[in-house]
Amino acid sequence: MAPRNATAPAVAEGAATGATTAAPVLRLSGVGWAVGGATILQGVSLDVYEGEFLAFIGPNGAGKTSLFNLISGLNKATSGTVELDGTDVTAESVSTRARRGLGRTFQTSSLWPAMTVAEHIRLAAQAATGGSYGFWRRAGRYSEQVARTLERTGLAHRADTLAGSLSHGEKRKLELAVLLVGEPRLMLLDEPMAGVSAEEVPTLTELIRSLHRDEGRTVLMVEHHMDVLLGLADRLAVMHHGTLLALDTPQAVMADTTVQQAYLGEAL
Amino acid sequence: MATIVLLTCTGLGLGALYFLVASGLSLIFGLMDVLNFAHGALLSIGAYGAWWAASGNLPGAGRSGFGFVLAVAFGTAVGTLAAVLLELAVIRPLYTRPREQILATVGVGLAAPALLSAIWGSDARTFPGPAALSGTFPLLGAAIPVNRLVLVAAALVVLVALRLFLGRTRHGLVVRAGVEDRAMVTALGIDVRKAFTLVFAIGGAAAALAGALGGLYFGSVDPGQGTSLLIFAFVVVVMGGMGSITGAAVAAVGVGLVQQFANYYTAAGLGDLAVVVMLAALLLIRPRGLTGRLA
Repeated sequence: MAPRNATAPAVAEGAATGATTAAPVLRLSGVGWAVGGATILQGVSLDVYEGEFLAFIGPNGAGKTSLFNLISGLNKATSGTVELDGTDVTAESVSTRARRGLGRTFQTSSLWPAMTVAEHIRLAAQAATGGSYGFWRRAGRYSEQVARTLERTGLAHRADTLAGSLSHGEKRKLELAVLLVGEPRLMLLDEPMAGVSAEEVPTLTELIRSLHRDEGRTVLMVEHHMDVLLGLADRLAVMHHGTLLALDTPQAVMADTTVQQAYLGEAL
Repeated sequence: MATIVLLTCTGLGLGALYFLVASGLSLIFGLMDVLNFAHGALLSIGAYGAWWAASGNLPGAGRSGFGFVLAVAFGTAVGTLAAVLLELAVIRPLYTRPREQILATVGVGLAAPALLSAIWGSDARTFPGPAALSGTFPLLGAAIPVNRLVLVAAALVVLVALRLFLGRTRHGLVVRAGVEDRAMVTALGIDVRKAFTLVFAIGGAAAALAGALGGLYFGSVDPGQGTSLLIFAFVVVVMGGMGSITGAAVAAVGVGLVQQFANYYTAAGLGDLAVVVMLAALLLIRPRGLTGRLA
């Protein structure tokens, strides 16, 4: 992957052209979060542009997941503002932000173990279309969308398997599939490789790469596997003690001595 | 042999009644975490509705043929309506206050039978069933009351209908996901609360049908019928695994059979004790019930 210029907004291949002058997809301005007197996050400011892949690294407790919670609306920032496409969404709920095209996966598995893979996607499709058309309408009417999503995420052969019987990697794929049904433009992936076996990492990485490269989605991802990130991320955001320590290309971040002292030196 | 066949059929009939009550209880608990102590009241309302209609008070309804079907349908409809009103007026405002919610359902569970006995008296009323259903048919040397067959058939229809609803429909999918993890359904952007009233209506319909057909089984209706059946329905729900329809069906058959056989071969009344012992034993071996999930 060619190194990118850190100062100019990076636009992925396949993403809409001419987006460089548009407002950033996501803008954080001095975002902070304090709970019961404890400051979890402080003064985080960054811009994410259409089609960009931004990865968050940092030791446990650095505030990566907390930051995702503020972006997705699960928690409300106690200072600063969160903007999506130039609109201030700091006070908006998770569902309102979801309707603006923001989707997120969680660090821990969020599936229904006794429901099949296909049923998960069908349920997500129902949620995406909202309202109830016809009370007794069979769930089967979503079959085309379900088939397409299964195909896209490589889960077609597991359609009738219960989620509880899937491997960790497949569970993560299913979470991505559920997320994709809503066609989010901005995806927040919180440790998508957590618990996934080494053999499954490459296919999962490939899936995430295609969602970014081929479909032009903007991706924010928390990840500990540095080798995975170096092939995927346009920029790395290093979090430390609730602040944004560095934000640059992977190469520049790896070369940064502050980062090495603060994080890379001890944790890698 | 004839005794065993008769006891089995009677046990299955009783199990069918338990299933009709327990299926709704189980779904309501599984989806909403509501212990509905007013579920027995819904059964009583269904029983009195059917009795009232079959006694000639509802035009077209009667004690035989289509008139009786209409009477049972009327009882079921009244019970369903009562269940919907119960959810909207009593349960819904108290979702954030579970303790008050339980007390409210206990209150309704006590008030409804009291209201019924205030109107029609506390004595049992003879249930006017059709002549065709009051007879017996021979099976392996035993004379089996036809109404046992009606109960089992009704329970099977309800079981199949519930499984189709849960497995094949949009709302069924939401209910199943909600039983497993309600917060995640909400996170997906689906308003689960819309399903609550629906599940109450379904549970109320099944309980009211149990009441209407229970009149055939017991030959009479009385205000306390629902409450006594409710206790065993709760046992069935716990044994079957909260929220599991198939588990409830298996547990209902088990409870009905054990109760009948123990009552006959030991002493009357020991059947109830045997059920409690069975519940304790099962919970020691499988703390989450037979299934522990929605099957």
